[in-house]
Amino acid sequence: MAKDVSHPGAASGPGPRAPAAPFTHDVSTEEPSLFESVGAHFILVLAVAFSLYPVLWVVSRAFSGAQPAAGELFPLPHQPTLAHLEAVVLAKQGSTWLFGRQLANSLVVSAATAAVGVIIAVPTAYALARFSFLGKDRGVRALLATQMFPTVASAIPLYLILNWLHLLNTRTGLVVCYASTSVPFAIFQLRAAFEAIPVDLEEAAMVDGATRFEAFLRVVLPAARPAIAVTALFAFMSAYNEFILAATLLGKEEMFTLPVVLKRFIGEYHAEWEKFAAGALVVSIPVMALFYLAQRHLVAGLTSGGVKG
Amino acid sequence: MKRLAALLVALVALVFPAVARATPIRLWHGYRGDEEKALLQIVAAWKGEPVEALSIPFDAYDSKLAAAIPLGEGPDLYIAEAHHLGEYRVKKIVAPAADALESGAFSPTALSAVTMDGVVYAVPLSQKCVALYVNTGLVSDVPADLEGIAELAGKLPQGALYPLGYEPRQLYSLAALLNAFDVPPLGEGDQWSLIGPRAEKAAEMALSLVEKKVIPEDADTALTSTLFRAGQVPFVISGPWFAADLGGLVKYRVALLPKVRATGKPMRPLLTVESVMLSPQGAARADVRALARLIAGREGALVRARLGPTPSARTDVELPEGPARVFAEQAQTAVPIPASVAMGAVWEPANQAIRKVLRKDATAAVALAEGKGRFDNVRRPLPDAASPVPLAMLVGAVGLYFAFRWARLARAERWGQELKKSLPAYRYVAHAVVAVGLLVIIPLVMGAGTAFTAGNDEARRYVGFANFVSILTARGGSLLASGSFYLVLGVTVMWAVVNVFFHVAIGVVLALILSRPTLRLKAMYRVLLIIPWAVPSYITALTWKGMFDRQFGAVSAVIRWLSHTFGLQMEPIAWFSSFWTAFTANLATNVWLGFPFMMVVTLGALTAVPADVLEAAKVDGATRWQRLRLVTLPMIRPTLAPAVTLGTIWTFNMFNVVFLVSGGDPDGTTNILVAEAYAWAFTRQNQYGYAAAYAVLIFLLLSFVTRLTEQKPEPTAKEAH
Repeated sequence: MAKDVSHPGAASGPGPRAPAAPFTHDVSTEEPSLFESVGAHFILVLAVAFSLYPVLWVVSRAFSGAQPAAGELFPLPHQPTLAHLEAVVLAKQGSTWLFGRQLANSLVVSAATAAVGVIIAVPTAYALARFSFLGKDRGVRALLATQMFPTVASAIPLYLILNWLHLLNTRTGLVVCYASTSVPFAIFQLRAAFEAIPVDLEEAAMVDGATRFEAFLRVVLPAARPAIAVTALFAFMSAYNEFILAATLLGKEEMFTLPVVLKRFIGEYHAEWEKFAAGALVVSIPVMALFYLAQRHLVAGLTSGGVKG
Repeated sequence: MKRLAALLVALVALVFPAVARATPIRLWHGYRGDEEKALLQIVAAWKGEPVEALSIPFDAYDSKLAAAIPLGEGPDLYIAEAHHLGEYRVKKIVAPAADALESGAFSPTALSAVTMDGVVYAVPLSQKCVALYVNTGLVSDVPADLEGIAELAGKLPQGALYPLGYEPRQLYSLAALLNAFDVPPLGEGDQWSLIGPRAEKAAEMALSLVEKKVIPEDADTALTSTLFRAGQVPFVISGPWFAADLGGLVKYRVALLPKVRATGKPMRPLLTVESVMLSPQGAARADVRALARLIAGREGALVRARLGPTPSARTDVELPEGPARVFAEQAQTAVPIPASVAMGAVWEPANQAIRKVLRKDATAAVALAEGKGRFDNVRRPLPDAASPVPLAMLVGAVGLYFAFRWARLARAERWGQELKKSLPAYRYVAHAVVAVGLLVIIPLVMGAGTAFTAGNDEARRYVGFANFVSILTARGGSLLASGSFYLVLGVTVMWAVVNVFFHVAIGVVLALILSRPTLRLKAMYRVLLIIPWAVPSYITALTWKGMFDRQFGAVSAVIRWLSHTFGLQMEPIAWFSSFWTAFTANLATNVWLGFPFMMVVTLGALTAVPADVLEAAKVDGATRWQRLRLVTLPMIRPTLAPAVTLGTIWTFNMFNVVFLVSGGDPDGTTNILVAEAYAWAFTRQNQYGYAAAYAVLIFLLLSFVTRLTEQKPEPTAKEAH
């Protein structure tokens, strides 16, 4: 059952691992032709238009004093106003700035989820990528299986378990739930990334006297930065937009995360779409800022295929 | 003896502080904005224990109540609509109101709505129902009857498109018309009532209103409100909440719903009675009951009356001239939504039947009979308790088999060595095993266990494989009927495969372009392209739905513009009337929502493509295309594989978009399996066992498929030349 992993990672890197000169940054130093550049920008602009168009409706809703007439092609705010935005953002409870508090909740909960999720997933993924151990295949299958099972009947058991752990009505409980649900994807993603990192890199470090753990910290983790950024972003996003668990597990308004707050604008009979739209836009700004920071780690050529020296 | 006494003391200390200590009163509600302010203002007059009020979104309200109250974590009192009482009573989360109800203060209609089997279970607050809004800037008179309003079609004032804004596609609003034909929402003895010649006449009348362009065909609340504000319809049938949308923008008044000439009877809307309910723990406290009395008291009613035209359920509150008085008058003739549990099973089949009639996919008689079939299906008697022996034997046999295998493995010489060799690796995985095991796997397994049961709470019983048999035999109906497991499975597979194909294709292409080193404005493009992922999908999915509206949607506007500019013969499409177009609409929305994730994953994967390998390939004379096909793609494949596998599994089980965009239309055909599971759990009489059986089947299917694909030999990676 246990696979031969004497050369772990060997199966994953299909290309020839030719020892190469210390790698230089730019692959295609060749100047792309004008035609190609224009083509690339054309496709990107098209894709951006596709991404933005529906959001323009949200923007128009958020900043309209009057509802736009039906049947328009290009949405522009009618009687532009900031009233909805103010109503959402400046919400207060007594003297505390409730919205700020809830935004902080969302950010803290999501960041903690990303951190906890990645911290749990990284060593596991590394073990899966590098070691052979009893129960490994079974474990991986069980991990994949957790993703296949619809959660339709598991809300009440989860509630009972959190109650038993005394984590109901706490943000910690929420973080723990989010992190454990984001762990399976993180493990799979990171395992693939670790497998793509040539094992020679660590071995070289270990020959130089580093322990395996040190090699892992100093060589493997930096090389897996892009994958860690992707998994962290994913864990962050899934926590940041989650609504049902947050609404069910938290019992105080000052603990709520933003999706719960936003969802309150949608009543059973009547919805305050303008406020929801304004809130939705505010909510997406931190995510975009975060992605702007994270995307710097998503640059081709961070890893080199060869062993230096 | 001494120790026993100490234990007793400890026990008393444990129990008594809970009783003696000042415990705040927990109050849950779903209000926001002005309604919330009013409630807090009323509660501020309370002199007793401090009140902790919490506002909860309505989507999560019922499940939160049901989860929290039995554990003692719930509210002492909460505000909910009376028609949930039947369900709450079954779940044991509501207790009789007893002296919380001030006798003689409430309208008889409201009282009847909160009374079940002769016991009053809640204290009524307000009564909501629809009435007729009239744009007085457009019309001066209200025609005598509905037919009179219909006759205005074609002779409308300047700018108006339709005479009436009315949502015929929902039972909630169509019930007003049905009542005029003496068709109640739920029949005697909890039977399906929407059947027979009178119900057919009412449905046909709704269809004729659409066909004669009296009402817009796909009207929903948002569209109706837009049209009314823009002066495009003079009349709208809606409730007190509609007034908040209008602000001071339109001059209007409210009138009673018109008569129906065909029957000579008035339209009678459904009545929602908002009320204060007591949880069992709250009902035991005299001060909680007093607080309920205060909230429903006269002072409170006066505070709420300042908010808007929603009439109080009390009879001793003087109402101002205007909408409030009209709504109060309308409420007297309204029909309270039945609180019986059976009513919960009416909405979905009724809406489906009505839509089928309006699409002209079936005659009223056929569609309503089909609705009855669906209702009876949901209400079918639960399977009898079964003997657990067969399952126990099966579990035992499987357990024995594995025990035997493991024992043999363990006896093997290598095993001990391997275990020893594995120990260091276990240190790396232990915490993941604990976290995932405790918070993911145990809840799932416990949930899966309910698949072998039926009924709720104490009535829950072991039924063996009855749920599975029932699902796999399509509940005795045709195996290829709408809603049968096999048909839905086909749609689900297609849904997952097509979606993931587009996610990956678009994601990879964009990522390849975005990772070009010479590309300018890279960071800007990247951030703009993840916007679909960043903006909460709830609102963007609904925006997409709006874009697919046949009459007023942006997609139709584009089609019209295209056909106008290029002289093409294209008509706007009724997207949600046929399976393929509805599926396409769902697909477009979900592709839009999902490609940024694949793009980001691919960007991450591309970083692992070593530059020197590409360089070497280039030196060897590989063209750009060859390098992409022979080097880049094979190298990102292993990193993309988990995202693609998981993406497929997630999409298989993700019904948010289907729920929000097509809502299963037409006729539930665009639903996917997991949506069926959720429907059985939440809208079809809370049959959690049945829902769990769906979940187990989904799980078995997916693991079977992944096992199949797993065993395929990995295609040997091609070497770069």
